[in-house]
This record gives sequence, C-alpha cells and structure tokens, in this order.
Amino acid sequence: MTGHIHSFESFGTVDGPGIRFVVFLQGCPLRCKYCHNPDTWNAGGEEYTAEAVAQRVLRYKNYFGENGGVTVTGGEPLLQIDFVTELFTILKEKGIHTCVDTSGFTFNPDSKISVEKHTKLLEVADLFLLDIKHIDDKKCRDLTGKSNENTLAFARFLSEKGKPMWIRQVLVPDITDDENDLKRVRAFIDELRTVEKVEVLPYHTLGVNKYEKLGLAYPLKDTQAPSKEKVAEARQILKGGNQ
Amino acid sequence: MMQYKGWEGFVPGKWCNDEIDVRDFIQRNYTPYEGDATFLAPATEATKKLWDIVCDLSKKERDAGGVLDADTKIVSTLTSHGAGYLDKDLEKIVGVQTDAPFKRALQPFGGIRMSEGALEMYGYTIDPNVKEIFTKYRKTHNEGVFDAYTPEMRAARSAHILTGLPDAYGRGRIIGDYRRVALYGVDYLIKKKEEDKLAINGDMTPEKVRNREELADQIKALKALKEMAKIYGCDISQPATTAQEAIQALYFGYLGAVKDQNGAAMSIGRNTTFLDVYIERDLKKGLITEEQAQEFIDHFVMKLRIVKFMRTKEYNELFSGDPTWVTEAIGGMGVDGRSLVTKTSFRILHTLDNLGPAPEPNLTVLWSKRLPTAFKRYCAEISIRTSSIQYESDDLMRPEMGDDYAIACCVSCMKVGKDMQFFGARANLAKCLLYAINGGKDELMKDKVTGKPMQVSPEFMPITSNDALDFNEVCAKFDNMMTWLADLYVNTLNLIHYMHDKYSYEALEMALHDTNVRRFFATGIAGLSCTADALSAIKYAKVYPVRNEDGIVVDYRIEGEFPKYGNNDDRADELAVWVLKTFMKKVKSHYTYRDSVPTTSILTITSNVVYGKKTGNTPDGRRGGTPLAPGANPMHGRDSNGALASLESVAKLPYEYSRDGISNTFSITPGSLGKED
Repeated sequence: MTGHIHSFESFGTVDGPGIRFVVFLQGCPLRCKYCHNPDTWNAGGEEYTAEAVAQRVLRYKNYFGENGGVTVTGGEPLLQIDFVTELFTILKEKGIHTCVDTSGFTFNPDSKISVEKHTKLLEVADLFLLDIKHIDDKKCRDLTGKSNENTLAFARFLSEKGKPMWIRQVLVPDITDDENDLKRVRAFIDELRTVEKVEVLPYHTLGVNKYEKLGLAYPLKDTQAPSKEKVAEARQILKGGNQ
Repeated sequence: MMQYKGWEGFVPGKWCNDEIDVRDFIQRNYTPYEGDATFLAPATEATKKLWDIVCDLSKKERDAGGVLDADTKIVSTLTSHGAGYLDKDLEKIVGVQTDAPFKRALQPFGGIRMSEGALEMYGYTIDPNVKEIFTKYRKTHNEGVFDAYTPEMRAARSAHILTGLPDAYGRGRIIGDYRRVALYGVDYLIKKKEEDKLAINGDMTPEKVRNREELADQIKALKALKEMAKIYGCDISQPATTAQEAIQALYFGYLGAVKDQNGAAMSIGRNTTFLDVYIERDLKKGLITEEQAQEFIDHFVMKLRIVKFMRTKEYNELFSGDPTWVTEAIGGMGVDGRSLVTKTSFRILHTLDNLGPAPEPNLTVLWSKRLPTAFKRYCAEISIRTSSIQYESDDLMRPEMGDDYAIACCVSCMKVGKDMQFFGARANLAKCLLYAINGGKDELMKDKVTGKPMQVSPEFMPITSNDALDFNEVCAKFDNMMTWLADLYVNTLNLIHYMHDKYSYEALEMALHDTNVRRFFATGIAGLSCTADALSAIKYAKVYPVRNEDGIVVDYRIEGEFPKYGNNDDRADELAVWVLKTFMKKVKSHYTYRDSVPTTSILTITSNVVYGKKTGNTPDGRRGGTPLAPGANPMHGRDSNGALASLESVAKLPYEYSRDGISNTFSITPGSLGKED
C-alpha cells in the first residue's frame, strides 16, 4: 500500500535514540497553536509504497549503529496506521529499530477496529514517543482543538502492553508551563509502567515563517521561547523522584 | 657509535646508513601514546608575553587596513634580510620572513605586476630599481607564461572557463620534507644532492641539462639555508642534538621556503610524530620538562601563525581572506597497525588552548576509526571549544599513500619528500556545459572588436532548436566540449609549469625532496553539482532554451520536477559521477608536463563564489552570477533529505578519479547533533 509523505530527513538526531532516518507523514487532525510543521496538516504529500520507503531507510543502515533506526512522525503518522504497520513489518525483518512519534489521538479505546490496528502496530514498533499536548482536557481542547482522552488512553494501552515509550511535553510559556499542570503530568507518568524517558521540548519560533508562506495567521505571535531556568524547572518536575 | 652526536640514543636502521629516509627513522624510534591529555602543560609566562605582542601587532595590522608593513626594495631570498624578532630574549624558536615580524616580503619572481599591484593597493610604491630589474633584465614566471600563451588560452582565461590559474602568482602546494634539516643537518643533504648531480652524465639531453641545473640550484639553496640560520646565530650544518634544535632546524627549513616562495598554499607537512622522538629523548635524559616541551611547540606554532604574504585584494577575494594554508597533518595510523599519535600530537592541538583558536596553521587530524580513543576524545573536545581542527580520512588515503604522507592546501595528499605536485586551479564545467549548448560562444562576454558574443572554443555546432533540450544531444555536445576543454586546460598547465620551473623554481623545497621525485599534475573541477543538476533537469524535466538577440541561449525555462544531486538519488548522482569520470579520462589522455601523474580535485572551497560570478544562467535554474556550490557540495538548498543523504551523494564520487581530493563543506549546529541529556 502507499503512504502520503511530506519529506525525509536522513540525519535525525532528536527524535528517538541514536541516528535516525525520519519519515514525515502528511496530514494531522490537530491544529496545535505552537505547531512548527503546519505544512504537514492537510492531506496531500507525495505517495510512496511502504516498500519504496523501506528501501530508502535501508540505505542508511550503516549509520544507525547500535541505537539508531527509523522514526515516523508528521503530521500525525498514525492517521496512516496501516501504512506505518506495513513499513515497520518490512523494516523489522531487516532488524531495524522502529519508532513512532505520535500524539496518540487516533487511538479509540471503544472501537474494536482501532484497538486491533494499534495492537498490530505494537507488534512491529519498538518505541513510541508520545506527545502529551496538555494534561488538562479543557486546556487541551483550547490548544489543539481536540480532547486529550485518546492520548491518555493510548499511554495506558502502551503501558499495559509493556511497550516502551518516551513522554514528550512541549513547554510553551503561559500554555503548558503551569507548575500544577506539570505536576499532574508527572502524576500521570507515575501511573505508567513503561516510560523510559521524559523529554521537555522548549517551544521555539522556527516554524513561524512556514505560516507566512502558507498564508496562515500565527496563533502565538506574542509568545517567546521559555527561559533556560523555566525549562530546567519543568524538567525537574517531569523527571520526578524516580529518575 | 653513531656517526653524529645528534643521532645518539636513536635506534639505527636504514635511515642512518648513507640514506635519506625519515619515515624509517620515525618507525624505529617513535613512541605511540594511548593516554589522555592530563599531562599537558599550560602556556608559560614567556609564551603569554610573546602572544600578547602578536595580538597587538595583529590589531595594528587590521587597523592599518590589512598590511602593517611591506618591503618595497629588498627582493626576498633566504639571506636577504637580517634577523627579526618578536622579543629576542623570550623566543625559543626564532625567525621571521623579513627583518621584522608582520613586515611582508617582496617576492617578484612569480610576477612583478602582482608585486607592484599588491603594494599599491596598500599604499606602498615599489622601488623603481626593483621594477626596472624585473621588467628589463630579469624575466618573471608571469611574463614567461604570457609570452607563450596561445590566443585560445588567453580567451579561455578571460572568459573564466579556466580560472584561478597560477600564471601570475606562485603555484605553491609543494611541501618540502623540513624534517630532513633537523635529522640530517644541511651538510649531509648537500652531500647527497651532489652525489645525485654527479650521477647525471652521458648524453646531455635537455632533460639532463635541466636536472643538473636544478640540482645546482638546490645545492645553492641548501647553502643559503645554512647562511640564513647563521643570521639567527644557529648552525644547522649538523644533525640537531636536542628537541629545541630539531624544532628550530625544521622551522628554518620551512622559513626558507616561505622566504623563497609566495605560494598559494605553503603547507608544512607531517611533523609531530617526528618531533616527538626528540622531545621524548630530552625528557628521558631530564634535559627538559613538559612545560619546556610545550613552550617549544607553542613558539613554533606562533611562528607559523604569523606567516604572511603580500597579495592583491583580488587574490584575497578569490581565496576569501589572506590564507597561507600552513597545513600540518597530525596522527593517522601506521601501516604496521600502530597509531602514529604521540604526546606531541596532543601538544600541537593544545596550542589552540594555550594561544587560543586560529585558522593557521591548518591543524589537520588524519582520522582513522582505529585512532586511540583518548586522542579522539581530545580532538572532539578541542573541536567543540575552538572549531579549529580539520579532519581527513586516513583510512581512505593510507592504502594508496602509506603512512608518511602530508596534506597540501586542504585535501591534497602527497608522500612527504617523495611526491610534489603542479597545482592547476580548475576548469569550470558548468560553463563548459553552456558552451556545449552555444557552440563555444560565451554567454556573457562580447568580442571587443565585433561586439558579438565571444567565440572561445573553435566553432562547434550549437543547439539550434527551441524545443525542450534533448538529453542525448546535449550530452554528445557536452562530451565534445569537454574534450576540447581538457585538451586546452592540460596544455595551458603544461605551459604554466614549464615557466614556473624556469623562472620561479622552488629550489629549497625541491632540495628537501628525493631527486627522483614523483610529480602530480593536479587539475581541478569547479561547478560539478550545478552541471549534474543541469543535466538532470534536461533529462527528467523539460528545459526550454531562451535566446537573446544574438541567438545565444542566455536563460532556461524549466517545466516539471527533476532529481537533484545531494539527495542520495542515483538518477542525479550518477550524472555527477559521469561528468567527473568523463572529464578525468580526457585529462589523462594528454601529455602532462615532466611525465607527471594526472589527478583532479573537486575542492573550490571559497573561489566558487568568484567562479559563479562569471557563469551565466544554467539549465538547472541557477541564476547567472550566483555562486556555484563549494567543492563537491550539492547546490545550496537543494539537498532536502538531510545530512546523510547529502553526504552519501558526495561519497558516490569515485576517489580514484579525484585523487587530489574531494571536499564537502558541512556546517551543523551542536543542537542538531543530538540532545545533551
């Protein structure tokens, strides 16, 4: 089957362990105000077969070393979960470490089909980078346009299945940096059994010119990147007592 | 009992058995070092004071507009000037190019006009007597070349399809084996050269006459080198007996070279493992401390940092600054599997801490996967702090070059004292492709007489259709045009190097080579990625020619998408490989001066900007006048699949076709190398 692809990055070093080939998939159901890849929101992109993408990835196998591999991100890669599953199936056969960077929004615990598909994906995905947009449901709706129910459900699902995950929290001044909210995130992490790492990603403004190019208004035009101190504080809280 | 006092304590071998063999000396005597950097010593008070003097002079030089002082009268030779010092009482390693530091020498043998012009630009006037001598009575390299140039060579030069040719300045790139001065002493070297000269007899063919004359010049240069050292109160006729003497003698060898030649790149070789043998010997004997060892190296490097040449502003524009390319190759692995890293490899990198970061000397680590881990870590630390180390793949070069090669300029490797090269700048292949389309008429230049587009090559059949360019037709024409260009290019260089040998022979540097030297004929390519993309556009998209009133194709309208070099896409990358191989095969088909071995390089690290200025719109969509990519880099912004894809494209270029080096300029922010936690 084919997937809709935004672009490739052959030297990814920030999305998962080691040196990674990063596949950016096109399309996203969310409209996060701080999104730095608005060019991946809508449908479109270039169509590739899973086999063709796998062949591309395999050309960099020598660089992956002990830790590296492939990361699919987006957009929301799990909008194309069947494609990702097929791609990872091919790559696992070749011994490549596979990782999904997702918001978890596509996971619907009440839908049998959704659960089945995600279960199947878990068989070929080694690691999930789960981005908790906001721990507070109301604030999450305000930030992304959607509820966080599915994300939290997906985190619990991964935990139950024993699948390793890294929790990611984008730190945006006045939106996600509230101390109580961060403590709630930590409390949530404490409920999970398979969190290997917690990453605080400081908000940055590198995506602003993409909005200009797309003719979109930038929702956070008055927001600055968080201070180093704030980032350190957030890391402290999120890393909790057991790390 | 050793023949010389300076050799006592060394393991004997072939090197001291009536031979010159520095590599053998190193292999038998050096001590590989696997430890870390904790032994290193900080800068001494003397070093700090001297470096303050250098910093002060550097500031004055900048304030003065780039040149602090310049000799207008005394023609630079090894013995032309009295001694010059920063502070005589503090300097452990002495010697500057003229009688004062930061005073630039007058070196007119490459070309009097270049000397005169450079002086004028900085507000100096050349002494009229010197000008008269070098115009009336003493011919220069530049004059010789222009006497012999054909009209076609001149046209190709002024149209900039051949660019940066060393026809008005010193070709440089030759690395004397300066270690020989320290290890053998000059008298021994003279004796060996005299034997070599005696051995050339029989029928006096022009070749033999030239060889005898050159050897006579080499012997004179060695004698002058001894005199030069005497000016500083040093005797270098015998082998060095201490580390300080060894460093000093080696540096005198190099100083002689830069007093003699204002070369485009004046690299110093591969010296740290050699010098470490002397330092180890002195340390073991208790003659010096680590502080002193470091001080010698610091003072040596300080001298290399203040090597300066008088050059025109255009020249500096071509090379983006005022570079001297004092490249020192460090580390690497021996062919016997031992690492060539010594404590002195650390000491020389440590100068970047003791004296602060600097672009010169161009400290170049010969990198191997098998280098000691502690050394790799130290390199990484220094790189992160100073961004002042160049790295090159020893694993790639060693199989061909062995373990005693050095780097001329940035990437050009040669066995020290055994190989030399004729530097040949580059041919602009992007422009060559435009010539193929326009039948050899320049897309920018007009004929001064007729006002029509200048015909640079013979009149080849141009593309006449206004339909989308046909890939096969363009390739066939491009192939023909490359045949013409390679022929012209090689023969232009044959002529240039004949004249350089005749009027500006590097007698001292060649005296520090084996007499039966291997010569490389170093050609170069500019605009490779632009050419590959242009061919790709023609092959995979539709490219329509846009003509001016003279019928010359001056622009291109592109419909559709095409693969671009730099994305690890074979469709485009194979075109780059094809261009390189095709051009190089054509270069190899010609006679090359003095039976030199033809090589090519893809390494226009800075001059790509100037070359781009002289190249019109290209079929890949690049606008006329904008820079070509540096070296073998993809065109700016066209590599859209990240660093590895870009590097993989470059890595497809076959090194055996580009033995003089392939460069890829690559910047990366620390953040994009990963996260700290």
